[in-house]
This record gives sequence, structure tokens and C-alpha cells, in this order.
Amino acid sequence: MNRQIVQLFTLLAVLFGILVFATSWWTVWGRDGLEDNTANRRPLLEDLRVPRGDILAEDGTVLAHSNAQGSGEQKIYVRDYPEGSLFAHAIGYSFIDQRVGLEESRNDELTGEKNEFLTLFEELVGHEREGDDVHTNLDPAAQQVAMEALGSNTGAVVAMEPATGKVRVMVSSPTFDPNEWEEHSRELNQAEGAPIVNRATQSRYPPGSTMKAVTASAAIDSGEYTPDSIVSGESPKIIGGAPLSNCCAEGSGDYGPLTLTQALTQSVNTVWAEVGEKLGAGTMLDYMEKFGFNSDPPLDYPHDQMVESGVVKANGDLADENDGFDVGRVAIGQGGAEGQTQATPLQMATVAATIGNDGVRMRPRLTDRIVDKDGRVRDTIDPSEETRVLKTESADQVQVMMESVVQSGTATAAQIPGVAVAGKTGTAERGDGTNNAWFIAFAPADEPKVAIAVVVENTTGQGGQIAAPIAKQVMENLLG
Amino acid sequence: MIPARWRELFGLIPVTLLVTAGFTAVLITRSESTSEVTTTYGLFFLGCCVFAHLFIRARLPHADPYIFPLAASLAAIGLVMIYRIDEELAREQAQWFVVGLLLFVATIVFLRDHRVLERYRYTIAAVGLALLFMPRLPGIGSQVNGAFLAVKIGPIQFQPAEFAKIAIIIFLASYLNDTREVLVKGRIPRLSMKHFGPLLLVWGASMLMLVFIRDLGSSLMFFGGFLALVYVATARLSLVAAGFGLFVVGATFLANNISHVHERVDIWRDPFASDVVDKEGYQVAQGLFAQADGGLFGTGFGESLLKLPSGQSILPAPHTDLIYAVFTNELGLFGAVALIVAYLLFTERGFKTAMVAQDGFTKLLAVGLTAVFALQVFVIVGGVTKTIPLTGVTLPFVSYGGSSIVANFVLIALLLIVSDSARRGAPREGGLVAS
Repeated sequence: MNRQIVQLFTLLAVLFGILVFATSWWTVWGRDGLEDNTANRRPLLEDLRVPRGDILAEDGTVLAHSNAQGSGEQKIYVRDYPEGSLFAHAIGYSFIDQRVGLEESRNDELTGEKNEFLTLFEELVGHEREGDDVHTNLDPAAQQVAMEALGSNTGAVVAMEPATGKVRVMVSSPTFDPNEWEEHSRELNQAEGAPIVNRATQSRYPPGSTMKAVTASAAIDSGEYTPDSIVSGESPKIIGGAPLSNCCAEGSGDYGPLTLTQALTQSVNTVWAEVGEKLGAGTMLDYMEKFGFNSDPPLDYPHDQMVESGVVKANGDLADENDGFDVGRVAIGQGGAEGQTQATPLQMATVAATIGNDGVRMRPRLTDRIVDKDGRVRDTIDPSEETRVLKTESADQVQVMMESVVQSGTATAAQIPGVAVAGKTGTAERGDGTNNAWFIAFAPADEPKVAIAVVVENTTGQGGQIAAPIAKQVMENLLG
Repeated sequence: MIPARWRELFGLIPVTLLVTAGFTAVLITRSESTSEVTTTYGLFFLGCCVFAHLFIRARLPHADPYIFPLAASLAAIGLVMIYRIDEELAREQAQWFVVGLLLFVATIVFLRDHRVLERYRYTIAAVGLALLFMPRLPGIGSQVNGAFLAVKIGPIQFQPAEFAKIAIIIFLASYLNDTREVLVKGRIPRLSMKHFGPLLLVWGASMLMLVFIRDLGSSLMFFGGFLALVYVATARLSLVAAGFGLFVVGATFLANNISHVHERVDIWRDPFASDVVDKEGYQVAQGLFAQADGGLFGTGFGESLLKLPSGQSILPAPHTDLIYAVFTNELGLFGAVALIVAYLLFTERGFKTAMVAQDGFTKLLAVGLTAVFALQVFVIVGGVTKTIPLTGVTLPFVSYGGSSIVANFVLIALLLIVSDSARRGAPREGGLVAS
């Protein structure tokens, strides 16, 4: 019988081996999958037990802080947002049932998550896990100005530093108080006006005539046009097989022959639609992509809280060259069922920043540096170049054209005494008698410290009347 | 070479260290300071173990010196884990540990020769079966999660299956020892009811258990133990295959026709399905999440997350079904492997005992007790790791549960009695592990 006993032992040893394998599977190989499982609240709960780092504004204002609650095994840290609703969208919030915004994208740093070996080592030497502080580039004063300027309007403001990509302002209106999230999440989720949506990164709007800044860049940089090229401003014109007229959008009627600069200054639709058609879908898409359309925005913000800008088809997908969209209307920030230009405020701020930064698109970033509790800088997020979109000369020429828009065109409301502002207005009709008013700009024009995009939904006014003054106030504040 | 009994005593040193270190770690985590409770618990536990050791030294001087320290180590780990989950439960478990130890002593005192058991095999079998069906009796039976596992008489609640497993193994060992010659004879075993009756009876009983008690885990464990014994007794794989086939047929039928069993299988297939994960699959899913959270090294003793800040539990049944998940959570893959290795060593000692035994009944008894013990570990750990459907049996010596710890103490008492008699006359020999 002893032979059978040995065989039986072998069998049981194999069974136990299977148990070891299964345990290894869940603790090592399958670990990440389980930790990412949405039904798994453990990582969220674990994080509650770590003193989470602070989030600070550029001037040191505390935007998010953790307070201890309970004691012993039940001790947890609860998030407090001293600035209330002002930074709700940029910072987000972190509570047991949900974590969004910068709180989510910088969660590893805020919770002091290291690799397992380091954590073990730290535990062995008696070092308690604690989170690092995240210092952002956000400017509380300018943020406040933007919030007040938007007032009761629905819309968003994004301002950044063109040369570095530092995001200085990110406001979405209506907003909410993240301190109330835990108790009122249901109401906030269903609230009218969708206050929890970050319109700066999550909402796509037809950019209207602000798109002409992209079209102008493509026209100049491709060598097809110069600022002084004479173009035809007659109206109506057949664009994409259907008549397009200048009436009732911005300016009106038949402009006759004029220069490309004048066409931008007066925002002449028929000119820019024709330019778009002449450049063709391939060239337009090419430049759009260089400006950052058609890809995930490279911001340090959760991917599921940002949408790609681009030519959007009726089913919500992004169109490509072969989809046969109406490139003339796409070039003026409109479109049809085969494809309509849609962009986030973040994307349009990036367009302005890129033109202002001599044609180089920088990676936008909310975070400046990570600092541990002892004050040591753990990580600095340096300016990083995404891509060169335009030749320097082309960017300079487009900049001059955009200055003209503010000096004598549709955006005189954005003029700042003593500072050259370059900008472009946009007014996208919503089809219900109201507009989405847009304005993008950068200033000072030749060495910009700030680039901005403002959108106001659902207004009866136009971009130059509604959005430009908001941008002006924010820029003034940021320029000091 | 160091004499066996001294090796047993030295084996208790790690037990003491485990208890003291474990309690200290838990207490540090909890209150950031140790109290005298730590040392009190440790000393008390060590005292019990030394007493048991002295008793074994006096009554069973030749018994295997590793079985008791291994069991004590497992019990020590279990006690620390339970203490960490709930102090009150740990106090109860400590009481049951003492009761178990008393029954352990009583078994050794009253059962001088295990061969006596052969004489009462039918009585023992009847008692075993009666125990199994007790939870279904009106008035004293109680249903837990759809299964009839426990019996409640007054304030005392116990799980008869834990004791039934010992009774049934004794019966099978004795019965198979008598009939194995007949079973082995001839190329094709003769199909007489006299010899196959009991086989079919056991098969039928385990199927009935599925139907009546709905205890999939115990059923698997019993039937596995039964097949192991049949194989060791007869060396006939054909019999084992036939038995296994019958079991698979029966289990498949029941899985498709009894909703409770069917549900378990569905959960096992995909505990993360969106309509299951927060309901029926919650326990399995949360157990796996807890294990994943442990990683290689675990979160540390006492660091596992068991409750929400609201005090609500995040891990159902952490002290019984899912104690392995808590263990993996706190001590990581390395801790879990150490635990499995401890069980494997225990199994090895049990089989070693069987191998040095001279007579068939002794061999089969040792094999049966050990196999059913090891299978119980496989059933519960397999369930928690989603290797097989999760069914509620205890992790021997570690899980909270009076019946479990008491029954397992009786089990090791029997193993030690068998071991003592086997090694008394047997020559010392090397084995899988030097003895």
C-alpha cells in the first residue's frame, strides 16, 4: 500500500501546488486587473487611510487638504476643499465613492504610492506612508476673475502660458462645492445645467469662427496664401454643394475683393470656407492634428474626463479624410452630418497658445512640482514640447492677422490699453435662436504670457460681445 | 540525533514566537502600544502547548514529533488572525482551543488501542451518518446561506459534518481493510452487492448530502477521502475512475437542477459579472480583491482592511470562509505559501505515519484522516482562490469555529495514537522528511 500512499501524497502535493499557483495568480499577475476592477473599492478605501498630500495653487493657496477623522483602525482622512466651488473642476475631489480631476490623475503622488519594495522598506524602517503635496500652476486671483466674469452664464475658461504650457486658469460654469459631494452626489449628478461636467475638457462645441485661426494657420504655413493674398468676399458662394452666405453670422453680406488679413478681421465666412476647400480635407486635417485635434489631450488630467476634438460625425466618431465631410464648413468651425468641427475650450486655448508660441505646441499641465512633507522636491514637471505646428514666420504672420482682429475687427472688446492682444472671435449658432459665443486670444502678442479660450453657451450675443470681455478681464489679471 | 520528544518541544518554539509576535503586531497596529495582554495570551497558549507536549511524552512517547507542533502553529496563526478580526471571537476560539485540547487528552486516555475502533465500525458509521443528517432535523437544524450546516441545541451550536468526517473515515478504513482482498481479486472486480454496496452507499450518502444538506464542500471532501482510501486499499485506478465518474455525473446533475448549487457554479465561472459582483458574487469577488491587495508581501499584520469607515464589513465572513483571503491580504503571497506548506508538511507527516504502520487498518486510518484533512484545505482555499466553486468548510485549525477545532484535535489525537503504535516497533527510517 505504501506505493499508493506515495502516489496519493504526490497528488495532494500537486493540488496544493495548484493552490499556490492560484494565489500567485491573484496576488501577482492578476493583481492590476483586480485593483482596477470598478467593483473593487479597496484601493479607494486604502487611500483613505493615507494622509493624502495637499494640492496647492501657484501662490501657495491650499486648494485641497486632508483632515484626520476617527482613531485607531478606523482612522481615516477626509478631504477638505478650502476654496469651495472655485477649483471644483480643475482639482476635482476624492471621496470614498469617487475620485475625479487632478485628485485622480495625481493620485499616486498624493497617496505616496511607491513600488512595493520601497513601501516595504519604508515600513521596515518605520516610515509611515504619507502623500506628497502637488503644487499646481493655477492662479487663484485669475481663477476668481474668470469665475466672476462668467457669472451665471454656462461656459468655460481655460488660460495657459504659451511658452511653458502651464495652465493658469480652468473654470467651468455652473460649478459646485466639492465639499458637498459626499452628501449630495445624487442631486449633483442630476442637477440642471450639469454642474459636475468640466466643460473645459469634457464638452465639445462647434468652435465657429475661432476655427478660422486654424484655417488661417494652415493657409499661410502651407504656402498657399499670404496675409496679403486677395480673396473674394462675395456672398453667397456654393460651398460643399450648398450656398453659404455671410449674412447673419458676423459682419454681413458681400465684401467683394479683400486681403486674407481683412477677411480674418471681418471674419468673412465665404472666404475661409473657400480657403478650406482649396486646401482640401487632407491638409486641413493635417494641421488640425498638429494643433492637437484627433488625439487625447496631453494634459495631466484623467483621460476619461477629457474628450478629443476633431471633425465629429453624426454617430459621435471622429471623421477622417475619406469620410467626405464638407471641408469648407469645417474650416469655419461648422459642418454637417458627415462631419462637424467640434472642439473643447482646452483645445482652442492650445490653438491660441501654439500660434502665440511661434508655432510650437507645448504640453499643457496643471502640475508644476511634487513636494514631499519634508519639503524636498520629488519631481518637477518641466516644459515639454509636443510638436512644431507652424514655421516661426507663419506663426508671426497669423499673429499679426489676429492682432488686427482685436485692433479693428470683431474683437475690439478684448483690447487692453498698452498691450497688443491677438485674438479671434467665434459665434456658433445652436439652431434654437441662441449662440455659443467663443473667443480665443493671446497677449502680449509678440511675447505672450497668456493664451486663453472662453466659451459661453446658449447666449443671444456674439463672441465679440460676450466672450471677448471675459477673456480681457482674465488676461488683464494674469498680465498684472 | 535529538530524541523525538525533544524535537516536538523545540517545534513549539516557533509556535510561541508566532503567537507573541502576531499579537504584538496586531496590538501595535491597533493602539500604537503593546499591553500585557500580549504576553498573557502568548504565555497561556504556550502553557497549553507545553502541557499537551508533556502529556504526549507520557502517553505516546513514540508518536510523530512534528504533527502536534504543526497543528499548534496553525492554531496559533488562526488565533492571531481571529483576534485581529474580532477580540471577542478570539476569546471564544481560545476557549474552544482548550476544549479541543481536553478532548484530545480524553481521546488518548480512553482509546488506548485504535484497533478497538474496528469492532464498533457499524455503530460508528451509523453515528456518522446520523450526525450528517442532523442539521436537516426540524427544531435543531439551521440553514446558513442556503446550506444546512449547523445544529443548534440550546445555546450550543455545532457543525456535525466536522465530526462525521472522522466517523466515516474510521468506518471506511475498517471496511476497506476487510474487503480489499475481494475487491482486488480478479481482473474485473466482481459486482456483488456485498462488496459494492458500501461503495454505492457512500456515493449515495454524499449525493444525498448535496441534496439534503446542500453542503457541496463537505460532500467533495468526503467523497475525495473515500476515493483516496479505495485507491490505497485496492490500488485499482479503475475503481477510483468509476467512483469519480459517478460523482461527476451526480454533481453535474445537481448543479443543473438545484438552484443553490447551480448558483455557486455560476458565481465561480464569473464572480465579476456586473449583475453578480455586488450580490451573489460579492463574497468571492471581495475575497479575490483582498488577496490582490496583499500582493507579494502583504499589507502587514493587522493592516488588512475589513471594515468601511462606517463600520460596515467589506469582507464577508473574514473569520471563517474567507480567513485565507485575510491571511493573504496581510502576509501576502509569501505568507500564504508558508501556510500551504505548513499544511503540506502536516499531510506528509500523516502519510509517513501510514507508511510505517504495519497493519492495513492502521495504514488506512492514517491515510483517510490525513487525506480528508488535506482535502478540506483544498476545498476551502480552492474556493477562496476561485480554483473551484466556493463552499463553506473551515480552514482546519485556522478558521474560527468550535466544532472545527475540537474535531480536528480529535483527528490529530487519533493520528498520534496510530503513530505511536506504528513507530513503537518500527525501525527508524528516512522518508520524505527525516523523522
